[in-house]
Amino acid sequence: MPSELNKLTIAEASTLLRKGEITALQLARDCLDRIQAIEPKLNAFITVCEKEALEQAHAADRRLKSNEAPALCGIPLGIKDIYATRGVRTTCASRILGNFVPPFDATVVERLRAAGAVFVGKTNLDEFAMGSSTENSAFGATLNPHDTERVAGGSSGGSAAAVAANECLGSLGTDTGGSIREPASFCGVVGMKPTYSRVSRYGVIAYASSLDQVGPFAKSVRDAAIILRTLAGKDPRDSTCSARAVPDYERALTGDVKGLRIGVPKEYFVEGMQPEVEKSVRAAIKIYESLGAKAVDVSMPHTGYAIAAYYLVATAEASANLARYDGIRYGLRIDAEDHIDLYNLTRAEGFGAEVKRRIMLGTFALSAGYYDAYYLKSQKVRTLIRRDFERAFEKCDLIVTPVAPTTAFKLGEKMNDPLTMYLSDIFTISVNLAGLPGMSIPCGYDEKNLPIGMQLIGPPFSEETIFRAGDAFERAGSFKPRPTAV
Amino acid sequence: MNTEAYEAVIGLEVHTHLLTKSKLFCGCSTTFGAGPNENVCPVCMGMPGVLPVLNRRVVELAIRTGLATHCTIAPHSIFDRKSYFYPDLPKGYQISQYETPICKGGYIDLPSNGDGQPRRVRLTRIHIEEDAGKNIHAAGASLVDFNRSGVPLIEIVSEPDLRSSADAGAYLRQLRAILRYVDASDGKMEEGSFRCDCNVSVRKRGSQEFGTRTEIKNLNSFRFVENAIDHEVARQVEIIEAGGRVLQETHLWDPARNETRPMRSKEYANDYRYFPEPDLPPLIVAPEMVESIRATMPELPADRRARYIRELALTDYEAGVLTADRDVADYFEAAIPGLKNRKSAANWVMTEVLRVVHESGKSIGEAVPPASEIGALLRMIEEQKISLNAAKMAFAAMVKSGKGAEATVAELGLAQVSDEAAIAAACEKIIAAEPAKLAEYRGGRDKLFGFFVGQVMKAMGGKANPKVINDILKQKLAG
Amino acid sequence: MAETRITLEQVRHVARLARLQLSSSEEESLRGDMDEMLAYVDKLNELDTTDVPPTAQVGEAGTPMREDDVTNAPVAEEMLANAPSRERNYFKVPKIIE
Repeated sequence: MPSELNKLTIAEASTLLRKGEITALQLARDCLDRIQAIEPKLNAFITVCEKEALEQAHAADRRLKSNEAPALCGIPLGIKDIYATRGVRTTCASRILGNFVPPFDATVVERLRAAGAVFVGKTNLDEFAMGSSTENSAFGATLNPHDTERVAGGSSGGSAAAVAANECLGSLGTDTGGSIREPASFCGVVGMKPTYSRVSRYGVIAYASSLDQVGPFAKSVRDAAIILRTLAGKDPRDSTCSARAVPDYERALTGDVKGLRIGVPKEYFVEGMQPEVEKSVRAAIKIYESLGAKAVDVSMPHTGYAIAAYYLVATAEASANLARYDGIRYGLRIDAEDHIDLYNLTRAEGFGAEVKRRIMLGTFALSAGYYDAYYLKSQKVRTLIRRDFERAFEKCDLIVTPVAPTTAFKLGEKMNDPLTMYLSDIFTISVNLAGLPGMSIPCGYDEKNLPIGMQLIGPPFSEETIFRAGDAFERAGSFKPRPTAV
Repeated sequence: MNTEAYEAVIGLEVHTHLLTKSKLFCGCSTTFGAGPNENVCPVCMGMPGVLPVLNRRVVELAIRTGLATHCTIAPHSIFDRKSYFYPDLPKGYQISQYETPICKGGYIDLPSNGDGQPRRVRLTRIHIEEDAGKNIHAAGASLVDFNRSGVPLIEIVSEPDLRSSADAGAYLRQLRAILRYVDASDGKMEEGSFRCDCNVSVRKRGSQEFGTRTEIKNLNSFRFVENAIDHEVARQVEIIEAGGRVLQETHLWDPARNETRPMRSKEYANDYRYFPEPDLPPLIVAPEMVESIRATMPELPADRRARYIRELALTDYEAGVLTADRDVADYFEAAIPGLKNRKSAANWVMTEVLRVVHESGKSIGEAVPPASEIGALLRMIEEQKISLNAAKMAFAAMVKSGKGAEATVAELGLAQVSDEAAIAAACEKIIAAEPAKLAEYRGGRDKLFGFFVGQVMKAMGGKANPKVINDILKQKLAG
Repeated sequence: MAETRITLEQVRHVARLARLQLSSSEEESLRGDMDEMLAYVDKLNELDTTDVPPTAQVGEAGTPMREDDVTNAPVAEEMLANAPSRERNYFKVPKIIE
């Protein structure tokens, strides 16, 4: 039996499980041991599901003997604590849901269960996915496995760190403005945000419904493709979920990028970004060229307005999405004389500072007299941003950019300056506004040995092209992943 | 106080439940009267992460109502979130339609005020929305039941075209009739499935401007609507006459005190912060969908009313009463084949049949014998087989027993005797027994004719055909 | 200080709409944060969007419609399991004044 099972990729583990060289129980045990050993340093999980995981692994082993087990059967995964999991506490990293146990599964959780996946636990996040560092968690920040004085990124920081530190083989995140891609970049793993509507959002606790999308973290592009294939596809419980057929993403991984036109937008290589980030991404583009792809200059003139538009659209939707946390039917309640004070006190006590800030901004943007100036204006700018991409994709098949202007920053560095924190999403946010697929893959390290991510963006439903290009970069072998410090 | 100098300006907002099996956005039952929180699921409980999926039947019923009220059906309409906090509103917002409702424009024609001219009330819009749960006020606390949460509603908003409480009542009755005709709603006000808010203002007669309006809520019977409007109009006129100003506020109707009072809650001023519901893409209604629904539309009350007046020679009033309820009109039409006198059939249904229906509190289908049996009974009157009184007795018996007309008439022996020989024999017997009266009659006291008829009828047990008695007696008495 | 985009009174009004009880220091700091964000988003006004239609959603148009079938069995107990306060099968709240 190979040692350190937790270091395996999903593709590797799946083969070994099928051959009977390892068992799902051994694999789960190894990840749970790793979790136990390093969680005090990382805090990637809010809830570890040891008992449930071992039961699932046991069932997976029985199924693996039947030869009809799906690729994810017996694979230990981390689930962002934003997904409803039947019978398992689901907090969204908020005090207001601290004791909430959903009586239902999110659609993707149900699909992973049906595929025989093993859930080792619920991972940490910024409260209600509002943040870029996982510092806004009622359960404490998740630390970066490459440097525990630094953030893991956010909001899906727990899911990214858990995969980077081999606590699980893959994980689920959600991405509203970069919440998969930025922590993937900071932690040095692959993070895929699919096209809006590609994956069901049912049972995913909503932050901003028109932007939220489900996606995987993995150690390789192939693993991300394997997970996404199980997640994607029509769901009768999500009216915004596309009915388009789901391709077999793994079969798209041909390694061939000859003739692929790679767009390089000048607005994504700006002054003030960390020089090593630009260097690494430009080097990656050179590698694509060496593989037969063609780099073309494109321009997206409205990029600079994306953050402003995003923080109006997202907070407006959030202000309504979070109205249900009122202390009546579930979650925290602070008792009061009348129902209005009950609301005021419960919500004051239950929400953290960043969530309050966004609820306030969103409520203001929708309120009488300000709707047109703020909310409607931002929706119009959203149209301009979509058009930028449409025009760019007339000239290219994929767009390559950095994921974030910097590598992982220090804990607390941006906590007192919300706007600066928001600006760390400058390269990822437009993709959500336009509803496009975008993937973060590791492409280098800075001089402090912190990972750098490159972002591949495609037109709607171009996941196959993105996976193919990402996989081709990995195969080129110029980038060598380094072990984490933890 | 010079009330005559003022006129009321009234617009109504009617919320009605739609007759669907399941809720608007989830597969929970809409059955009325289930145990508390039995018909609920994560979706209509507003649990974290849940999403709405639209019920096709709701769209169909909204379109049926729109077509029945001459609305334009929007090919593209949008759901919006209407935000406010209330314990019975699980998500903190209601999914409704704001700027782009499914139906726009349209009108309802009310029965005329006797001058034969229908009165047209314009509709602003009809939109789809979800109902909230129910707060039950208990001692020291309130209890919340979410069974009603997510039950489909349409809101039908009229223009301020109504000028009196009677107008408002007529509008509501007509609207309810339409909703029932198109199978959209049962219109049961007492179960809260048909609710009305009134916007009321007053102005000097002749003025084109609108006064400040108040909104009256909590109106769950036609009588309350009419009473509340009368009360509110008088209140506003009084304020204006006294030199005061009407405040724009929301009042609740208090049926116990027969008055309206301003809501006293400390709810903050409404700012519903509508915005497009991101969890539901726009609703697209293809022209084919509208056309296939149009093909299944029944004849509507106004058309039926006009047809009764035109073809059956009924009055405005009669046609109005009979068509107010689709089941009653259907019953009437099923009773009249083969009858010569439709007017008396109409009267029979309006008086005898509807009295039993109202007294029983049941539907017409359950309360009275089938229309065909009433038709049979009416035919017996026309054919002089039974008297009118006998028919009433037979009807009462049929309601109780559920037996047919023929059988009941036979069983109770109500058939009229038209056998001339038997009647002649009875006449002769009476004449023979009353020689003195006969002499008086022949002497010129014509009035005694009635006496003889009465005696013969009595001898025949009240069942003889009075016309035959008359004819025979006249001959015999004349000698 | 530059032009103020939001006053303390407006912050309090928005907090009432959002049902958030704020301490006075929270009111102050939120006013500052919101002011900064509103100043930042002012840059959107550099763009002429007169003839630009708004984008509310980026998925496919035409909401799917489900058939009118009852698919949920009554499970009151499961739905009430998370209730902070209940009485029999009701959710219990402080007395509501209309």
